Amino acid sequence: MHEMSLCEGVLQVLETEATKQGFCRVKTVWLEIGNLSSVEPDAMLFSFDVVTRNSLADGAKLNIINIPGNAWCMQCARNVSIKQRYDECPECGSYQLQVTGGNEMKIKELEVE
Amino acid sequence: MCTVCGCDEGESRIEGNKLAHHSHSHDREYDHEHSHAHNDQTLHYGHGPAHAHAPEMNQSRMVKIEQDILGKNNEYANANRNLFASKEMLVLNLVSSPGSGKTTLLTRTLQDIKDEISLAVIEGDQETSQDADRIRETGVPAIQINTGKGCHLDAHQVGHAVEHLSPQNASVLMIENVGNLVCPAAFDLGEAHKVAILSITEGEDKPIKYPDMFHAADLLLLNKIDLLPHLNFDIDKCIEYAQRVNPGIHILKVSATTGTGMSDWYQWIRLALQTRLIGHPSKIQTIKVVSESF
Repeated sequence: MHEMSLCEGVLQVLETEATKQGFCRVKTVWLEIGNLSSVEPDAMLFSFDVVTRNSLADGAKLNIINIPGNAWCMQCARNVSIKQRYDECPECGSYQLQVTGGNEMKIKELEVE
Repeated sequence: MCTVCGCDEGESRIEGNKLAHHSHSHDREYDHEHSHAHNDQTLHYGHGPAHAHAPEMNQSRMVKIEQDILGKNNEYANANRNLFASKEMLVLNLVSSPGSGKTTLLTRTLQDIKDEISLAVIEGDQETSQDADRIRETGVPAIQINTGKGCHLDAHQVGHAVEHLSPQNASVLMIENVGNLVCPAAFDLGEAHKVAILSITEGEDKPIKYPDMFHAADLLLLNKIDLLPHLNFDIDKCIEYAQRVNPGIHILKVSATTGTGMSDWYQWIRLALQTRLIGHPSKIQTIKVVSESF
């Protein structure tokens, strides 16, 4: 969707953390992106290069850790994995699913110097 | 560029004025501090955590961050939410694709319930203040946010707009988001509920084509229901799709032009506002029972 603005958000966090934690260069960034979050990893990788140009993260490597979609099926009363929000329960076919994982959009870890 | 939303700071305007970045303004300060840190320290290997001066020594280290990418927006959204709670306001975020009849639905709603409930409106559009002008014609206070290049409203813009509006206590604030079924789903504005509006001229599969938005909404208004006889729209299928994406979603069939079903929507607003006022007994009014809805 708006991967460019999300990358701006990532850069902002990096800059804040740089002052707080006393580093001046970011070499690698690990993001956790859920499969059900509205983020396209490819678009994210593309935008990250553009956004970080001439910043403390210029040339930094972006690693995206995929978090699979998970839901609680109210019919089977157990956790099931899903690929899309409109997926049916793979066990019983019900749509009574409560999404429990896969919404993440998180900066997990940084390699800095 | 505003780093909360990615829209250009110079483009985003409230009623034609540039968005005033107050003391909590985020980007400028960091740019400033950052450029110093960067220029001074990038090549200085002695400034690392080990304070080592050995040439070629690698001072790379790992830093755990665990921060939400939308954390900044969420902070502003929480501030808005606290403000709305202190003023006992019910805030609704109206989302839809362009052309769903959002503004028509909103103006009709305002006309019909403004004598009963205190109202205010924030209008979000890429350009022009035409919608806010339409709203103000109803006598309800409204403010326009132009997002410029931005594709959604963010909590920061809404916070500033509320400052300009100064809405009354126990009022209902309707935020008409930019017509877009993608981005506004992820940006919390501090609202109590997202209300999705889908007109039946758009096709019944919209809920599964844009699942994020229908998942985030608490209420779905199926608008332009009066056109049903003229269209090839499978309304049951549409409802089924919406419930697949969001089993808990409420769905009301309405027509903003003929008024069909609008009383149900007003009843929903009244109930949501009453729920909001729980704990403030003096403000709870008797709910009007509208005969048409029963």
